[in-house]
Amino acid sequence: MAGALQDWKSQKKPFAAIASVPIFWLAIFFVAPMAIVWLYSFGQNAGPADIEISGTLENYKRATEWLYLSIFLKSLAVAALTTLICLIIGFPVAMAITFAAPKWRPWLLLGIMLPFWTNLLIRTYALMALMGTNGYMNKGLGGLWEGASWLRTLVGMQPLEAWTPVQLLYNNFAVVLGLVYVHLPFMVLPLYSALDRLDKSLIEASLDLGAGHFKTFMQIVVPLAAPGIVAGVMITLIPALGAYLTPDLMGGTDSQMIANVIERQFKRANDWPFGAALSFLLIYAMFILIALQSMKTSKTKEVR
Amino acid sequence: MALFRSTPIAPLEYTRKLWMRSWVGLTMLFLYAPLLVLMIFSFNDSKRNVVWKGFTLKYYEKALNNDSLVEALVNSLTIAFLATVISLIIGALAAVMLWRFRFPFKGLVEGTMSLPIIVPEICLGVAFLIFFAKVDWPTDLPWPLNLSAITIAHITFCFPFVAMVVRARLASFNKEEEEAAKDLGATEWQAFRDVLLPHIKPGLVAGALLAFTLSLDDFVITFFTSGPDTITFPVKVYSMVRFSVTPEVNAASTILILLTVILTFIALKLQGVKGIAETH
Repeated sequence: MAGALQDWKSQKKPFAAIASVPIFWLAIFFVAPMAIVWLYSFGQNAGPADIEISGTLENYKRATEWLYLSIFLKSLAVAALTTLICLIIGFPVAMAITFAAPKWRPWLLLGIMLPFWTNLLIRTYALMALMGTNGYMNKGLGGLWEGASWLRTLVGMQPLEAWTPVQLLYNNFAVVLGLVYVHLPFMVLPLYSALDRLDKSLIEASLDLGAGHFKTFMQIVVPLAAPGIVAGVMITLIPALGAYLTPDLMGGTDSQMIANVIERQFKRANDWPFGAALSFLLIYAMFILIALQSMKTSKTKEVR
Repeated sequence: MALFRSTPIAPLEYTRKLWMRSWVGLTMLFLYAPLLVLMIFSFNDSKRNVVWKGFTLKYYEKALNNDSLVEALVNSLTIAFLATVISLIIGALAAVMLWRFRFPFKGLVEGTMSLPIIVPEICLGVAFLIFFAKVDWPTDLPWPLNLSAITIAHITFCFPFVAMVVRARLASFNKEEEEAAKDLGATEWQAFRDVLLPHIKPGLVAGALLAFTLSLDDFVITFFTSGPDTITFPVKVYSMVRFSVTPEVNAASTILILLTVILTFIALKLQGVKGIAETH
């Protein structure tokens, strides 16, 4: 940073001109709505359209019942699995972009970013069309099945039964696949920016000194890219944990995530105080994740 | 394979390894195949999506004659435009505020400003639903004022992103330039307009692009803030996908995808591939 910060007292007029609008907006249209939700979470339904803020903890007590706790844990598991798959798919991609020829690199990056700019709903819908019972994924699986059947007849065994399209959508598998599809760019970009800063001569040195590619990867690349991995994990895990659209459209009755339960409290179940309590529990969960991350990064002493 | 190569692969040329190339290729296929299939089959002359029956534009005609769909698209674009302009102003002011001044509770303000980025969409949507119900926000205003609730919600989650991008750009600004301008007699406003503003322009372009796409993309928060008369494009597509999948959705989606691609290329023209890649 060039130059010192100015004290607001010495520059009252410019400060007022610059700071008033953002602070005002933040206070009225962010802090106030969040505060109302927080207050509602200690309230109860007093009438059809009337909520009494009575300071009750009943909503939080209900949220810790096994029914809701299990959905919460399941959301966490689904989000963690999504993040892990994104990391496994994304790391080699980020490596490839880092070591690509300079003229190719921006285009590869753009290739990763373009889906990120495309409408989430359209992307989910496009994936759903591919995964439907008449979609191409089923056609592909059917082709493999027939191939296997033909191989069996070759060795003189009974052919398999005819292929019946399987239901790929509306289950937990579909939710995880959908979340991976949507969040993959989130993972690749921070990984790339960490790998890009990495001193490539360290890798060369490790290879020259006789370590294999795998050993170099595990002992040099991964530790040095750790801040990027942590950032990528957080940036994928947090939105995946609060995902609404993917489980809603691609999940079945048993693959609801916490966001779907919250939505139901506000639309069909019409229990706003309970929904408010669940929302705040989700926000607290985010805070815990972020606190864990900042502990991790202060340990590794990241210098940006 | 090695026989066909003129130069041997250097140790660090991971990108030239076959498995690496196929990995990247498969990932790109995974990312783009659904979208490409969707776009190709929006021209398909068949209700069922799988078999190619011949080229047609009739679903585009249908989509463009579907008044509620067009209205939703116009609403979405209007909201995205308004949200972008206002987010740019508020975001740039916020960035300059944090960059330039020392003031009490600065850490608190800074932390609060990053919250709309972190708080899950569903919680923000719920908060706006309760807020606008609580303050009795009028819902029967004439167009485009009836979009005000959604626009306000969008500005709230867009402007912190703009502030972040602009602030990153401000870090490279040499404050002496501004001081020199003032020494030479420029007023506060002139120094801002002629020295600071040109410097942060790339940040503003990137921020505007980000805000526009975030606003156009948003479903969850809009879902909670929109009334029956204020349907946006994602909300409309959602109800169409939910209740009956029609090829019209394919056509409408293709239009929006093309719009995104065009926007991206405009941004590329303005900033170059590198500039765009670096701001993210």
